[in-house]
Amino acid sequence: MRKSTGQATLALAAEAGRTKLPDPVPGDCPMAIRGLTVSYGEKPAVFSVDARFAPGAMTAIIGPNGAGKSTLLKAALGVIPRVSGEVRVFGQPVEQARDRIAYVPQRASVDWDFPATVMDVVLMGLYRQVGLLRRLTGAHRAAARACLDRVGMADFAARQIGQLSGGQQQRVFLARALAQEADLYLLDEPFAGVDAATERAIIDVIKTLREEGKSVIAVHHDLTTVRRYFDHVFLINVRKVAEGPVDEAFTEAALNAAYGGSLAAPYLSQLELAG
Amino acid sequence: MPPMAGVWPRRTCPSWSWPAKPMDGFLDALLLDAGYNARLVAIGAGLLGLSAGAAGTFLFLRKRALVSDAVAHSTLPGIALAFIAMVALGGDGRWLPGLLIGSALSAWAGLLAVQAMTRRTRLSEDAAIGAVLSVFFGLGVVLLTVIQTMSAGRQAGLESFLLGSTAGMLYADAVTIAVGGALSVLAIWILRRPMTLVTFDAEYAAARGVNVPRVDLMIMGLVMAITVIGLKIVGLILIVAMLIIPPVTARFWTDRSGRVIWIAALVGGVSAYTGAALSAAAPALPTGPIIVLISAFLFALSLFFAPARGVAAALIARRRFQRRVHRRQGLLALARDEIIHDGLTLRVLQDEGLIRPDGVATEAGRAQAAKVARDEHRWAVAREVHQDSGLTGRYDGLTPIEEVFTPDEIEEFDRRIGGPVGVA
Repeated sequence: MRKSTGQATLALAAEAGRTKLPDPVPGDCPMAIRGLTVSYGEKPAVFSVDARFAPGAMTAIIGPNGAGKSTLLKAALGVIPRVSGEVRVFGQPVEQARDRIAYVPQRASVDWDFPATVMDVVLMGLYRQVGLLRRLTGAHRAAARACLDRVGMADFAARQIGQLSGGQQQRVFLARALAQEADLYLLDEPFAGVDAATERAIIDVIKTLREEGKSVIAVHHDLTTVRRYFDHVFLINVRKVAEGPVDEAFTEAALNAAYGGSLAAPYLSQLELAG
Repeated sequence: MPPMAGVWPRRTCPSWSWPAKPMDGFLDALLLDAGYNARLVAIGAGLLGLSAGAAGTFLFLRKRALVSDAVAHSTLPGIALAFIAMVALGGDGRWLPGLLIGSALSAWAGLLAVQAMTRRTRLSEDAAIGAVLSVFFGLGVVLLTVIQTMSAGRQAGLESFLLGSTAGMLYADAVTIAVGGALSVLAIWILRRPMTLVTFDAEYAAARGVNVPRVDLMIMGLVMAITVIGLKIVGLILIVAMLIIPPVTARFWTDRSGRVIWIAALVGGVSAYTGAALSAAAPALPTGPIIVLISAFLFALSLFFAPARGVAAALIARRRFQRRVHRRQGLLALARDEIIHDGLTLRVLQDEGLIRPDGVATEAGRAQAAKVARDEHRWAVAREVHQDSGLTGRYDGLTPIEEVFTPDEIEEFDRRIGGPVGVA
């Protein structure tokens, strides 16, 4: 009797394509994804991915190039359209949780010759709060400056953004996200092409966020730093490969499944893998 | 395009004939002293230029400047069809609000066509722009020819919409333009934040819940409104210049988007106001081209003389940099007792009193050369001591070592080098 009910539930889930979250997602879960599919043309970039990110954790999304890491983030946020799937942020639809999400796009996604100073960019993080008509006040500027200070860029506030190095640009983007005072931070390749000082500054900020009880999810490409920087991982290659605490999910088997066995054994041995 | 003076009813503006001295007429018009209508036209054009410059800024920053050209050319069939429809209904056919509504509808159709071709096919936006622009314009020209054959059509004067004309403009026309321009400026002011967000970083804007396609549509809607309002003054062929030249001119003067908007508005406003005044003084001059030439003049001035981003400033900066390089290389050569052959190096060193005309180093030259030589030693040590590429990567030959390392660190390098100390 019980067994057949279980089978019926399974069958129903299969029929529904698992695109609905079956039960209410607890409000402390920063992001839950169910059956998310994103496609460029007719080739899925992300196929039917489920994910449930841990609260107060730092999660690395890892996988090979073209595995859909950034796509997963963007689609979850509604930046790019999804073919199917459902997303909950702190138990709510994304639209209702916008104020609790801070997104840091890839640095290369914008034209840095845009006429703006470092301060202007950080103030953009406050636009939603300020609204259309109200003026930006000294308090807003002070808040923005404090965020710049957190990433070590306060001295650059008046600088045109095109004059910054890649690492400095990345830190400005992080400061803009900090200005939102969100609870969930989504970072797309925050360490790509940045100098060592920036990498340290960013990881310090992220660790402070975690101490404040915020959740951080970052697309990450450098497997050698996963164990040092993150406590959770999410492995993806179009489909989900593994998720969980680094100690459980960051295994050789999972990496081989995600990277198709293309990682050399000497390299794998440096990664302090679990299991 | 022949001037269309006399096509529109003139009874409202008797003062607009060729003045005896065109220059006086221009000054009068410039100072709002050339009669009520000329004043209205100049103010209307100024407001239009103001809003075109401001709205064009977002178009330029979104890198979609040429979409406005497709939108502008798409207005022509709408104008012609509106004329035909109004005549068919027994009206005048030349009623400006009716013509503007027609032009707006077909401009909207053109815009949607560009967007649909870009989104639903593999065509790139420039190809879609080319196709829509030429097809709509071609259709418009055919319809104008049809209108020429209509009995009411001979005197329609619709050709003035191609290049613009203020001659014979009615009071109501000028008011329409002025009110439209003012409303556009207001809309830009209200929407400046979402539009800035989308033009700088559309992905971030989307993640913040901004409806990016809708903001893009609002930008294009503003552009369309300004195009339609500007048809009478600048004409559909040249309105793109009023949207694009002011922001690119403004970009030379500032690195802040808020200021680009207002400088662009100023450039657009001044060009349009001056151009309208000129053409009011001399109605044989077509208004649109005059306005464009004036804004192009401001653009050229900015291109050459703007500080920081202008061509002259870049040339000066390049020369200064070149002299720095030659000075440094010359000092290194002096330090190594090499003979300097390069003419510019010799000139730079001589200008600064570091060598005598016969090429022998002066007292100051020897001291500077010794300092350069010492810094080279310090760098060599620094590169051994520090493995941090963020620091040693700045060994580019020109960066003073004092900018990279603290005095304490430099003292440590000197201690390792040994030898005479105290060379500052």
